[in-house]
Amino acid sequence: MIPSLVSKYLGEREGQRPSHLSDRTQSDSKPLLEIDALSLAIHDKPILKNLTLTIAPGEIVALTGESGSGKSMTALAAMGLLPQGAEITGALRLDGTDLCALSERRLCALRGREIGMIFQEPMTALNPVQRIGAQVAETILVHKAMPRGVANARAAEMLARVGLPPERVPPTRYPHELSGGQRQRVVIAMAIALRPKLLIADEPTTALDVTTQAQILDLLRDLVREEGMGLMMITHDLAVVSEMADRIAVMKSGEIVEQGETRRLFAEMRHPYTRQLFEASRHRADLPEPRPDGPLLRVAEVTRHYPGPRDGLFRPGQPHIAVNGVSLEVARGERVGLVGESGCGKSTLARAILGLEPVQAGEITLGGAPVYRHGKPDRAVRRRVQVVFQDPYGSFNPRHRVGRLIAEPFHLLDDPPRGPARDAAIAQALSDVGLKPEHAGQHIHAFSGGQRQRIAIARALIIRPELVIFDEAVSALDVRVRAQILDLIADLSRQYGLTYLFISHDLSVVRGITDRVLVMRGGEIVEAGETETVFDNPAHWYTKSLLAAAPSLPRPPGGGPEDDPEPDA
Amino acid sequence: MLAYALKRLVILALSLAVASLVIFVVVEVAPGDPASFMLGINARPDTIAALRAELGLDLPVHERYLAWVTGMVQGDFGTSYTYRAPVAQMVAERVQVSLPLALYALLLSTLIAFPAGIFAAARRGKPGDVAVMGATQLGVAVPNFWFAMLLVLLFALKLRWFSAGGFPGWDDPLQGLKALTLPAVALALPQAAILARVMRSALIDILHEDFIRTARAKGLSRRQALWRHGVRNALIPVLTIIGLQFSFLLAGAIIIEQVFFLPGLGRLIFQAITQRDLIVVESVVMLLVFAVIVVTFLTDLAYAAVDPRLRGRR
Repeated sequence: MIPSLVSKYLGEREGQRPSHLSDRTQSDSKPLLEIDALSLAIHDKPILKNLTLTIAPGEIVALTGESGSGKSMTALAAMGLLPQGAEITGALRLDGTDLCALSERRLCALRGREIGMIFQEPMTALNPVQRIGAQVAETILVHKAMPRGVANARAAEMLARVGLPPERVPPTRYPHELSGGQRQRVVIAMAIALRPKLLIADEPTTALDVTTQAQILDLLRDLVREEGMGLMMITHDLAVVSEMADRIAVMKSGEIVEQGETRRLFAEMRHPYTRQLFEASRHRADLPEPRPDGPLLRVAEVTRHYPGPRDGLFRPGQPHIAVNGVSLEVARGERVGLVGESGCGKSTLARAILGLEPVQAGEITLGGAPVYRHGKPDRAVRRRVQVVFQDPYGSFNPRHRVGRLIAEPFHLLDDPPRGPARDAAIAQALSDVGLKPEHAGQHIHAFSGGQRQRIAIARALIIRPELVIFDEAVSALDVRVRAQILDLIADLSRQYGLTYLFISHDLSVVRGITDRVLVMRGGEIVEAGETETVFDNPAHWYTKSLLAAAPSLPRPPGGGPEDDPEPDA
Repeated sequence: MLAYALKRLVILALSLAVASLVIFVVVEVAPGDPASFMLGINARPDTIAALRAELGLDLPVHERYLAWVTGMVQGDFGTSYTYRAPVAQMVAERVQVSLPLALYALLLSTLIAFPAGIFAAARRGKPGDVAVMGATQLGVAVPNFWFAMLLVLLFALKLRWFSAGGFPGWDDPLQGLKALTLPAVALALPQAAILARVMRSALIDILHEDFIRTARAKGLSRRQALWRHGVRNALIPVLTIIGLQFSFLLAGAIIIEQVFFLPGLGRLIFQAITQRDLIVVESVVMLLVFAVIVVTFLTDLAYAAVDPRLRGRR
């Protein structure tokens, strides 16, 4: 009964859907979205320059490029949601209507109905105080497309369509009761509730784990094919692009430097920037041969759990086990990777090794000395480990100068260098990471993300620690910068014979920078072995599923091995 | 939700117990013996001792504490040293003025602050916002007793719409309300100014959240997004301030009570302190603490009503 009502209200739209979608990539089909010589400036600062791009119904067009290249601004321009002070020239036509010429009222009527948008951060994209069903129904109600009862039924139907059936995830749930992947599904349901002609997805899977990413990409692909929507997909990840897109536009500093059909573009790569991005994405640092020299780090049967929510006022709840009986060893001079999805306990383990997190059971020793003595981290051991964190923006005190920032680990020494010796150590640390000694006098805001990560490495290495922990240290960086940082780590390994634990969710990065790899899941290490062996011949089903879910780059032009061979193909 | 409320209730009871102990100890160790104060400087030691015995001041400390607490639980707050009248009765008379005054002022301040704050946030940086923010700056800066005197000059002396002070009682509710109007306005304005600023900044923060952008992408206009998704999320910090303001208004109205000759709690406690009427001080302070803790409890419940993320917590 209700579905038929729903289709009654949507009947008109259903009729418009293209009956045969197989010709979606044909260039002669009338474009759905036409971006014509679009330029954009915000407060007189040019952001987009002379963009020309079309998307046909049922077509997936990817915009790719590094951060700041103008990808997201293009999406916001198509939504008419540009920030204040934006000046636009050129045209943005949806089905022949120029969006730039429309009034705000007309745009409101268009958004959500004709164009749907999916955002990067599912954790914050939903209103935390509203039920998910109501948020999906709002898309329908705000356009007065259906009466409330029908709209609610339609919302439930849409949630089921994106993989949230009411018996498993009822529409009465609140966003905080859902996982990241489920929230992203709600955002998608909101975007497609009125079957818009154009869907814009801005880094829809960047914040998700690799297995969740694969599911969300499948969902998007199916929706586009079945509903005949055009999809503008924005992502920095070339591997995702190559698997998803029919056509690709590569952007650099506000311009499209190259665009074309996916396979042809990857085969030709006419523009040097495209080639650079591609090379950087599959970059493997040139690590020196490992020379293991006796055990350094030993983690034995370590367990760390957190108290769960209480069951009653005076009854403790079930504890949440973050790390469960983990044992591992790292030899001096060895480079070990630790991979796993978010929540698998890898960061908790890293924090325990750093002495930042007391453990409930087991022992962590560094060169035979326990990290914790009487439940407290031992300073003498503590100074032998340093860490580089993920966020190059949040991990520095903005009020300190670079010199002071990188000299911070000196606090751990009993007799830290002073005066000229301290300045010399700072200068050496800066030049080690490819910066200049005079940078010591500047504040951190003057540096780019990649430079900040160099400073973080300088800070970690200044007291010559025996073990360095890289906790997602390159995950926030653009591919070209990431390649440079990986090269820097390889160089430093050659120079100082570093021993490190490299924690990442990104399998391809770990593959290029480690000798041995540990795979973690649900607080336990499920597989360990030589990096190449584990990647080429995964033994555990979980490792296999991770590798299968990770999108892979196409073969580089002129042959060569594929980046990530499919395991168990 | 029930577990959450129950836990708050236990916290409430514990806070009350701790507060009563602290108040008792502080008042007891404070210098000044009520008996000698009541009898004057020239009193003979044996007269003082007799009065102390009569007032029960010679009993051991823990017995006095227990007697005080059990009395309070039964509604017996003891007898005032100076007035020789039951404290409960004195307090009840004053609460009849102070509680309605506080609620009245809070209502006014909310009624002014919400529209002003939302208006300013919606027009951030535009003339309307600048005007509202300028007015709130003034509201925060102007002392409320001075403002109260201006109100008296204008509305009582010049226009003769209201009386300049005093309280006729609640026999005629309309007259009572009228007598409280000027004091309530004087109390409300600075509070409204603060609340409007909090509302504005909370809302501006919320308007930068991702989910507001999502709402706009659904086709909501700026105004719809603000009302449907912004205001409720901005309520959390606003509720905190409202809770604090109510506690302040209940007992902090002392200067305004002086200006308008209102027999409120503030004046009662002020007189009791100057006269070393310890039993009155203890009881009124305890009552105020009780009010503050209950308001905190209600604020906690209001948080949970607004924010579903808190309901699951215990």
